[in-house]
Amino acid sequence: MESNLQEKIIDPVSMRVEGIITPPKRHHWLLDLFIQLVKTKPLGAFGGLLVLGMVLLAILAPVISPFDPDTMHGEKIVAPPSRTFYLGTDALARDLFSRIAYGARVSMTVGLGAVGLSTILSTIIGILSGYFGGRFDTIMQRFVDAIMSFPWLVIMLTIMAILGPGQVNVILALALAGFAGASRVVRSAVLAIKEMDYVMAARAVGCRNTTILIRHILPNVAAPIIVLATLGLGNAILAEASLSFLGFGVPPPASSWGRMLSGDGLNYMLKGPWLAIFPGLAISAGVFGFNMLGDALRDLLDPKLTGGMRLRR
Amino acid sequence: METTQNMKRPILDVEGLDVKFYLRDGTLNAVRDISFALFPGESLGVVGESGCGKSVTFLSVMRLIPVPPGKIQAATLRFDGTDILKLSEKEMQRIRGNRISMVFQDPMTSLNPVLTIGKQMREVIKLHMKLKDTALEDRCIELLSKVGISEPQMRLRSYPHQLSGGLRQRVMIAIALSCNPTILLADEPTTALDVTIQDQILRLIKSLARDLGAATVLITHNFGAVAGTTDRIMVMYAGKIVETATTPELFKNPLHPYTKGLLKSIPRVDKETQEKLFSIAGAPPDLMRELVKGCAFIARCPIRDDSCYHHLPPFSEKKQGHYVSCWKVF
Amino acid sequence: MLRWYILRRLLLLVPTLLLVSFFIFSIVRFLPGDVVAIMISEQGYADDEAELRKTLGLDKPLVIQYATYMKNVFRGDLGKSLWSGKPVTEELSRRLPTTLRLGLMALFWTILMGVPIGVLSALYQDRWSDYLLRSAAIGGLSIPGFWIATLVLVFGSIWFRWVPPMDYVPFSANPIKSLSQLLVPSFILSIALSAGIMRMTRTMMLEVMKEDYIRTARAKGLAGWVVVVRHALKNALIPVLSIMGLQIAFLIGGTVIMESIFVLPGMGKYLIDAISWRDYPAIQGVNLLICTWVISINLIVDLLYGLFDPRIRYR
Repeated sequence: MESNLQEKIIDPVSMRVEGIITPPKRHHWLLDLFIQLVKTKPLGAFGGLLVLGMVLLAILAPVISPFDPDTMHGEKIVAPPSRTFYLGTDALARDLFSRIAYGARVSMTVGLGAVGLSTILSTIIGILSGYFGGRFDTIMQRFVDAIMSFPWLVIMLTIMAILGPGQVNVILALALAGFAGASRVVRSAVLAIKEMDYVMAARAVGCRNTTILIRHILPNVAAPIIVLATLGLGNAILAEASLSFLGFGVPPPASSWGRMLSGDGLNYMLKGPWLAIFPGLAISAGVFGFNMLGDALRDLLDPKLTGGMRLRR
Repeated sequence: METTQNMKRPILDVEGLDVKFYLRDGTLNAVRDISFALFPGESLGVVGESGCGKSVTFLSVMRLIPVPPGKIQAATLRFDGTDILKLSEKEMQRIRGNRISMVFQDPMTSLNPVLTIGKQMREVIKLHMKLKDTALEDRCIELLSKVGISEPQMRLRSYPHQLSGGLRQRVMIAIALSCNPTILLADEPTTALDVTIQDQILRLIKSLARDLGAATVLITHNFGAVAGTTDRIMVMYAGKIVETATTPELFKNPLHPYTKGLLKSIPRVDKETQEKLFSIAGAPPDLMRELVKGCAFIARCPIRDDSCYHHLPPFSEKKQGHYVSCWKVF
Repeated sequence: MLRWYILRRLLLLVPTLLLVSFFIFSIVRFLPGDVVAIMISEQGYADDEAELRKTLGLDKPLVIQYATYMKNVFRGDLGKSLWSGKPVTEELSRRLPTTLRLGLMALFWTILMGVPIGVLSALYQDRWSDYLLRSAAIGGLSIPGFWIATLVLVFGSIWFRWVPPMDYVPFSANPIKSLSQLLVPSFILSIALSAGIMRMTRTMMLEVMKEDYIRTARAKGLAGWVVVVRHALKNALIPVLSIMGLQIAFLIGGTVIMESIFVLPGMGKYLIDAISWRDYPAIQGVNLLICTWVISINLIVDLLYGLFDPRIRYR
């Protein structure tokens, strides 16, 4: 009859049980996080919606697009939005809506690739640097300092200059420019956990380092890493757009939003302002969504590891 | 409320003070309908556990409680005849630091780390006493000397982190007394300090206040602190005052079971060390839950009965000047 | 005292500087494929591969190349631009002032907008104005500067018939007009920066306002705004200052984009052009300059940090 999941209200005088409170149902931690998100951070939930929209757009691009993004429709150059071409056409008479939809693919692919690579790099470096410390840490931090103080755009441009054009190169450039800052965050999280009593206890008992790393450190840096990844995706999309805008991003005929803006957007701004508006709107909405979501997640998961929702198995 | 003790007009007259905090998780009843008076020049000790409302009471007198989550209500809240609750913020600012001032618990965090001691002292004096230049400097040096700080000129140019805890607290006291206040509130002024310094600071406060003729309120959870330095003691529990008496009377003749328990739990140097230390069973009630209708001490009281549960005992005078709130005493 | 602090920071700079310059230097040498072959085939810089290699000094071992390069750098010689034939130092010195001006103006707007808005947002926490400002800040961070610039150009021309001047007026010729051309790009540049500063200021103000010394300040009878400005702000801005270094890095990246759009002859545009031309000495020179610039800015920020926070000074 007694369940330790329930809280009893006891009358202080007679010491009789007056009532029982049933705590709210706990679901899977991911679902719990989601519920918390919508309830307390409506802006974050809105951001999540935008993110979802972008992801769906990327996945379902072939289904949604009325046309193939590379098909040129004869003479309908720089046509205004109409019932056939929802967002108009560009200088080569290609349907803008389809190009934007496929552009989501470019952004998401590059973004996920870059963030994935960056996360792996930053996690490894951050954990090793934070946990083992010593000379490795000092040297590594000098290195990270150097990279972080360098303008991200210049780093990426230089890398692109050396590697040449191509989607993979863009992913590499973004990852290499971004992992340093992320590794710092991971490192501070590791440093904070390292000092906690349960880690010290584990070491006192003689746990091997690998065990401690996997069992204790990793689950607790999961929270900041998730936040970093979300915000990182937003930054990656922005960075990719910036690179493409300058002409050093994903090469044609791929429809990168950034290049759409610099190419037709700038050239035809008087005749076809929609060419400048919609790609930019897409970029803004995507980045905004990720930033909002990342912010809300950060508030909820509380990187200080005190209070907030913690990701625990 | 006038005591039968003396017919002087109270410098601080409080009746029916009630302070609530409207928080996301519920309403916190920090101070529940209390009444007391403070007389000019007297030294009042306010004793109670953490969370009993002693600090909130006096922060409310200075209206330093953030009012959106908080709400201060009182039938009477008068300082020197003026209704505190009716004053505008600007008028209140003229009282704070000037006629009523406060010394806080932790001198480490109560001083601004990026401003010099001198700057922090000068701004109060400049604001309220409108002194300038040499007169201002002289006053600062005079104050620092009075609180027993050597080399005052050098200290004025120092930053808080360069001073020890005891010195910092002395500076705080100097700042609090700089405009010759009528009431000095000291909220656990020695809790964060070394034991050896505690006594010095308490004596300092007592003597300086006496020189100024200022009334002092010493808020603490430590009975030892009030034993030697106060004229009267007020014991609070769960947002209410349970007992008030002059200091010698309270120690000699405690009436409320809580007071008795507190006094009993003070470890005594002169007794046998084999005895187990006494502590009052239980914990203070959660002031956010619906409280029992009657006496709040009921869960921990050794002499409770049904009437205690149903009715709130009134705060009445048992002997001259000795008030207590307990059914069992009468 | 303060001197030790400066000395320590300087000493830490040297290895960082060396590391970065070596890094930049060697990157060009470690590329996939042959640089020289690419340069010849694409740009036709020289007819003879061996000759080009010799010009670039690629025939000698890496360390010697680096040593030679650094020796020249200290003499002020950053090599010759492959595209124009002129010394890189000369090309850079012509362009550096413009970028500096652009950056400083942007910084000016940033502090002017970011800090006060951050403070206000903190003071009106959780009211609708706060939510509005915070959303605007995230918007500022998310909306690409180049899009705003594009829209400004588009709608500027449609509604106001305004076209950015094609020719850049040198500062020496007409200072006012020259600066006015930088007005719009520097402002757009500052939007993203302000957003970051505003958020940081807000966060720090919220934390500082909860501190005990703020309560003490109020207990002294100081007026609300005095407490905020004299007591809270200085404390809150210290951490904000520390991220200024990162913001400057972002700023430099932004100048590249703005200079391209508004056709301003600064270093950013030069970098882009140099990359298109595969002008490696130029690319190297720009990177080295930026690296030095950024590290010096960080040093200045560190020094300012010591100035603001007495706890660091008197250690």
